[in-house]
Amino acid sequence: MSDFWILLTGSLVAACCGIVGVFLVLRKMAMIGDAISHSVMPGIVIAFLMSGSRDSLLMMFAALVFGVFTTFLIGMFERGGIQSDASIGVVFTALFAIGVILVSLFARQVHLDQDAILYGEIAFVHWNLWEIGGVSMGPKAVWLLGFTLFVIVAVIGLLYKQFKLCSFDPALAAAIGIPVAFFHYLLMGLVSMATVSSFESVGAILVVGMLIVPASTAYLLTDRLGMMIVLSVAVGIASTFLGYGASVWLDASIAGCMVCAAGVLFIIAFLFSPKHGLVSRKLRQRSLAAAANG
Amino acid sequence: MSEAAKHLRQEQGPAPLSVSGLSVAYQKKPVLKGVTFDVNEGELIGVIGPNGAGKSTMMKAALGLIPSIGGEVLVYGRPVKAQRKLIGYVPQRESVDWDFPTNALDVVLMGTYGRLGWFGRPGAKEKAQALECLEKVGMADFADRQISQLSGGQQQRVFLARALAQNAKLYFMDEPFAGVDAATEKAIITLLQELKKQGKTVIVVHHDLATVQQYFDSVLLLNVELQAYGPTAETFTQEKLQRTYGGRLAFLDHSLIQGGSGQSCDRGDRTC
Repeated sequence: MSDFWILLTGSLVAACCGIVGVFLVLRKMAMIGDAISHSVMPGIVIAFLMSGSRDSLLMMFAALVFGVFTTFLIGMFERGGIQSDASIGVVFTALFAIGVILVSLFARQVHLDQDAILYGEIAFVHWNLWEIGGVSMGPKAVWLLGFTLFVIVAVIGLLYKQFKLCSFDPALAAAIGIPVAFFHYLLMGLVSMATVSSFESVGAILVVGMLIVPASTAYLLTDRLGMMIVLSVAVGIASTFLGYGASVWLDASIAGCMVCAAGVLFIIAFLFSPKHGLVSRKLRQRSLAAAANG
Repeated sequence: MSEAAKHLRQEQGPAPLSVSGLSVAYQKKPVLKGVTFDVNEGELIGVIGPNGAGKSTMMKAALGLIPSIGGEVLVYGRPVKAQRKLIGYVPQRESVDWDFPTNALDVVLMGTYGRLGWFGRPGAKEKAQALECLEKVGMADFADRQISQLSGGQQQRVFLARALAQNAKLYFMDEPFAGVDAATEKAIITLLQELKKQGKTVIVVHHDLATVQQYFDSVLLLNVELQAYGPTAETFTQEKLQRTYGGRLAFLDHSLIQGGSGQSCDRGDRTC
């Protein structure tokens, strides 16, 4: 049964991260995903200290606040004339450092494991069950991720055209009256939600891999946005299964193997994608050259 | 308001665009200072000025895309925010990432988003309309083409088709002629003429001084401040251009500019 829950959790992480990851990649904000995944730390610790439990909606809310706050700070520094990559670096390391201090100060009271925060503990996901009146409803992580996935699918599904236009041409979006800043922060809120729900399973560092790698792989495989989202989720789920298989075989970190598998799939797409792959591009050039010379 | 603009102001109904005292500053440095003008309905207006004169900035500020430090912009007598459905916008081609995973038809469909409301989706009606717009710019055969596979001129025509799909009354176009091939230039000018025939008003940021007289009914000369505005024949003169461009006009072929007599001058005809 543990295999099932681990694979289901991993697939839900892949789906949540895969969908919002597409928009991060297209808006050239991959490193914002990195920043958010780190700077939600203090939010999680504060919520943890306040509620004393690790799976409350309060935690989700606190992470959401810190995630949006992060992007707000980054934007503010950028407008103030700081280079974009520098302001990302300043904001997320500073917020993450606050989280590190909080954990080191209060870790004993709150049983928050630094390793778990950084690397996740998907292997233990089926031990932390949600019980109603003594009846087990399954792992809490699955419920949390399921809820997040529902919110992400509902919001992006309903407002798909706004997210699309804000990603492709924010100037036109603003000109026709779409509140571009609102959609920016809405997306950042969804990224924060995806990050904090995936946190427990894959950790703060590897969640960036699930946000960016499958979406980047999908980018190489299709020319349509809708298809890119589907492929991003599919590649993420494939990485989950391949990675879990590899981790059992190697007896190694599950989350590590999952992101590694995603990396391998990315390399394969980078080399062999029919349209954008390195190999197919070289072959096309060669046949064009042959046609031109022959 | 300049004398010419005052002279031009029509009595019938509010102007499609009325800008007064529009000022923009980037980090304390003014890039646009007290620009005031009214636009006549059904005209093609060229916005001319040297690099860094604030032409694009003026367009963006008028549309409310960037904050202005002063001034008022009215579209058909009401604030621009309330009139977005009447406005079509063609941003500079370089302002978007053409590697975005989408095709030409889909980009044109984006022009219909403004009237679909929050949750509406483009349907068969919008698709048919988008195809029609692609046809008007001679791009119907490229509807399914990934946008990065299009040439620069074709991309520009897709942008124009998208503006057509907005079905606006007042159009802002930011350098639609920049870096396009001859076929596209022709397609654009045909389209502008057609829009004019339909009574629409089009404001175009333009770089090529050689074609100004041929393309535009009015010109607006801008260099941070408004230098001159009025009918092309009266405004596009040696003296006013000199004032707008300062010393930088030296490289210009003087024969391209008429002396304000109002007679039309064939482009490239050096004896004119």
